[in-house]
Amino acid sequence: MSDASTSNGPVLAADGTPLKRSLARSLRMQKTRALLLIAPLLVFVLITFIAPIADMLFRSVENQIVSDTLPETTIALRGWDPKGEDLPDEAVFEALFNDMQLATERKRHTSLGTRLNYEQVGISSLFRQSGRKIKDIGEVWQDQFEDLDAFWKKGENWAELLGTESWVASAKDWKKADGAQPRFQARADVAAALPQTLAAYQDFADFTQLEDNKALYKEDPWGKVYVALHADLNASADVSALTGPGADVLKAAAIAAPGFETVSYRDAFIDIHDGWAKLDNWRAIQTYAASYTPGYFLNAVDMQIGPDGAEARPENQQIYIRLFGRTLYMSLVITFACIALGYPVAWLLANLPMRTANLLMILVLLPFWTSLLVRTSAWKVMLQQQGVINDVLVWLGMVAEDGRLVMINNQTGTIIAMTHILLPFMILPMYSVMQTIPPTYLRAAKSLGATNWTAFWRVYFPQTIPGIGAGSILVFILAIGYYITPAIVGGTTGVFISDRIAYHISSSLNWGLGAALGAILLVVVLILYWAYDRIVGIDNVKLGG
Amino acid sequence: MTLTKTLMATTVLTFAATSVFADGHKADSMTAVSWGGAYQKSQQRAYTEPYAAANDGLEVIWDESSAEAVAKLRAMNEAGNVTWDIVDVVAADAIRLCDEGLAMEIDADEVLAAAPDGTSASDDFGDLLVSDCFIPQIVYSTTMGYRTDLVPAGAEAPNDICDVFDLATYPGKRALEKRPINNMEWALLCDGVAKSDVYDVLATEDGQEQALAKLDTIKDSVVWWSAGADTPQLLADGEIFMGSTYNGRLFSVIEEQKQPVAIMWDAQVFDLDGWIIPTGLPEDRLARVMDFVKFATDTQRLADQAKYISYGPARASSAPLVGKHADLGIEMAPHMPTDPANAQNTFLYNYEFWADYRDDIDAKFQAWLAK
Repeated sequence: MSDASTSNGPVLAADGTPLKRSLARSLRMQKTRALLLIAPLLVFVLITFIAPIADMLFRSVENQIVSDTLPETTIALRGWDPKGEDLPDEAVFEALFNDMQLATERKRHTSLGTRLNYEQVGISSLFRQSGRKIKDIGEVWQDQFEDLDAFWKKGENWAELLGTESWVASAKDWKKADGAQPRFQARADVAAALPQTLAAYQDFADFTQLEDNKALYKEDPWGKVYVALHADLNASADVSALTGPGADVLKAAAIAAPGFETVSYRDAFIDIHDGWAKLDNWRAIQTYAASYTPGYFLNAVDMQIGPDGAEARPENQQIYIRLFGRTLYMSLVITFACIALGYPVAWLLANLPMRTANLLMILVLLPFWTSLLVRTSAWKVMLQQQGVINDVLVWLGMVAEDGRLVMINNQTGTIIAMTHILLPFMILPMYSVMQTIPPTYLRAAKSLGATNWTAFWRVYFPQTIPGIGAGSILVFILAIGYYITPAIVGGTTGVFISDRIAYHISSSLNWGLGAALGAILLVVVLILYWAYDRIVGIDNVKLGG
Repeated sequence: MTLTKTLMATTVLTFAATSVFADGHKADSMTAVSWGGAYQKSQQRAYTEPYAAANDGLEVIWDESSAEAVAKLRAMNEAGNVTWDIVDVVAADAIRLCDEGLAMEIDADEVLAAAPDGTSASDDFGDLLVSDCFIPQIVYSTTMGYRTDLVPAGAEAPNDICDVFDLATYPGKRALEKRPINNMEWALLCDGVAKSDVYDVLATEDGQEQALAKLDTIKDSVVWWSAGADTPQLLADGEIFMGSTYNGRLFSVIEEQKQPVAIMWDAQVFDLDGWIIPTGLPEDRLARVMDFVKFATDTQRLADQAKYISYGPARASSAPLVGKHADLGIEMAPHMPTDPANAQNTFLYNYEFWADYRDDIDAKFQAWLAK
């Protein structure tokens, strides 16, 4: 200190750099080294833990399937009033026809139906059946063209009519084995005369060449192309100047086209399936057209999106709030049961002579090493009405034969089995904390005149609180997400929210709702952790030492 | 350096070799997914063992994941790495997988063998081809089993589905599946709804309330099961008087474990189980599985499976070939759910209806259960 006060410049290290900077550098190097050492773990945690959780959280709001599958319809539907009594207008149905044509080819319409069926009963079969019959609508036009001239039946003729000569030449004999397919090129004069037809054919060509990877030259076009051709010809397209393959047939069609019979898309769709005449179905499509939706989260708290925003679900469908409440309540009961049962055992473990303590430790750990399923099934054998406990009680005469206790398939079963299964997680942290408490403290307290109880309560117990805290956090957080045990012994009143999450993930495939339920559970745990930190203090948690 | 080069060279060679063999070459191993237990065993004995014997060096790997097949297949598909080649699922799951584009569409006449008398596969399977992706194997049924020793003195053995709801005559607990399907139909049937109207009624809010109200009358006496093994265990332990389960499970409780249990076939619900092939398999694996599925679903093979388990073959032409149980030596035909004596009053799982209403009714059913 005295050196520093005599010289005015900064303190220098041995190599002449200021000490402060040199210290900072070495500290930085140490930190980098430490970071590099834990880098593998960090990357591992990031990939296997953080990323999946982020993905799950994302799924709970993601809803792109509707606008991806029905892009034109969702845009056309924006102007429709969902509160009115009128069906969407013809333009929406035309957009629907265009979207469904492509969606059916891609086989995406059925998964969209499954998605929307979560919100509105019956949409699943509406989309499935409409997909099967969507061809019927286009065929109204297609058949008339084909009746006019067999030329329109063949995909080759279409390709030669619309494609450039050089493209036709290269595409004619293309096979899959040749590699990339020559992309479709439109004839400029045809494109000018028949703009809608070309646009429709281009969509068809993109799908066939890029997604389906079939030879475009040989593929028969979709109904939509015929519809577009009819529209072009009806709009008095000038085809008189066209030459080349099919020009004559086209000119004949131009004369016949105004006489073609047409149908309204709306009538055609309602004819395919009367679900298209139901306002509720259209409301569901419009409500869930956005790319991101709060719908899953609302559903997870027994609400739904109504015409005027969020509203409560009908009472006969409310279940999740009840299950969340039950999960929290029963997890708390299990945690307290574990404290009550585990404390004396941990105390014995910490205070018995080494040999006996070791034996007891093995007894504590033994169930820990047995399969979870086996332990749970064993409880089933013990607790059921014709089970071991009831048999013994009846034999002892403590309960009557017809008054056997119901201890399984209800909350009692879940609490008993889960307390047993989670007990080691409570005992072990308590034991490791108790082991560090010197027995002399108790003796000192007693020698100063404390009774047994005062010595325990005022001296011993406060020192064990970090162990109780650690054990409680472990047990509570494990309990809140438990699935298999409540599912086996819980019946209907003893199951947790995990039961519904599992159902939506593996059975109903409503992953969005499952993710929303999981996200809520995660947030609840974090809030409880935060509350625990505020009340008890997380520094007071000890897993040992 | 040399190591890297060698590795790269081998990789290139392997790729070259794979592409050369891709034309018509069949993979040397095949991953089949099934339910485990006696059912998977019957498939091994009837299908894969003879097939492996005929195809030297073929390795069949089994995965007992059918119960979670839909979710797992979706996850695999999203990850872009489908490791399964053929998957055994119930028909409702097959429809779901087909809807999601996870299962391959099959042209039955092109892919499957015709019957020995020349009947085409699509005619032979008939109505059982409930989805474009589904290759049926068996018809099973969900039906009631009851303890013969617990039938009250003076009462007849239960022979009507409504006996499930008759707590006065037949006291004791019942086991029902923890889902609305089947239970709602039975409840309506026993609440005076005609069999032909059941689904029309169930499609309405009032009908759903009516079914739940009927179930409410026995709710306190019901143990709800979710695994197929539950009811057989509860019956064997005497925990329940009667309970619904799959008929094959009851067969094994009665004939193999010799428990005092009998089957009540009234209003049994037929369901189908069969194969689907995941989409996006590489060519060699696809060639292998196509070859296998043609073999494993021909008339003889389907009839063979009935030697090991009491489920009815899905082909009409297989029925006359059903013989005796391979180990027990008893005639299997009378134990088939499709046997005329057993099939006097039956339901066929209504796939279309439940695909639409399943999520909605399940929400109401679970809310009712949790009350």
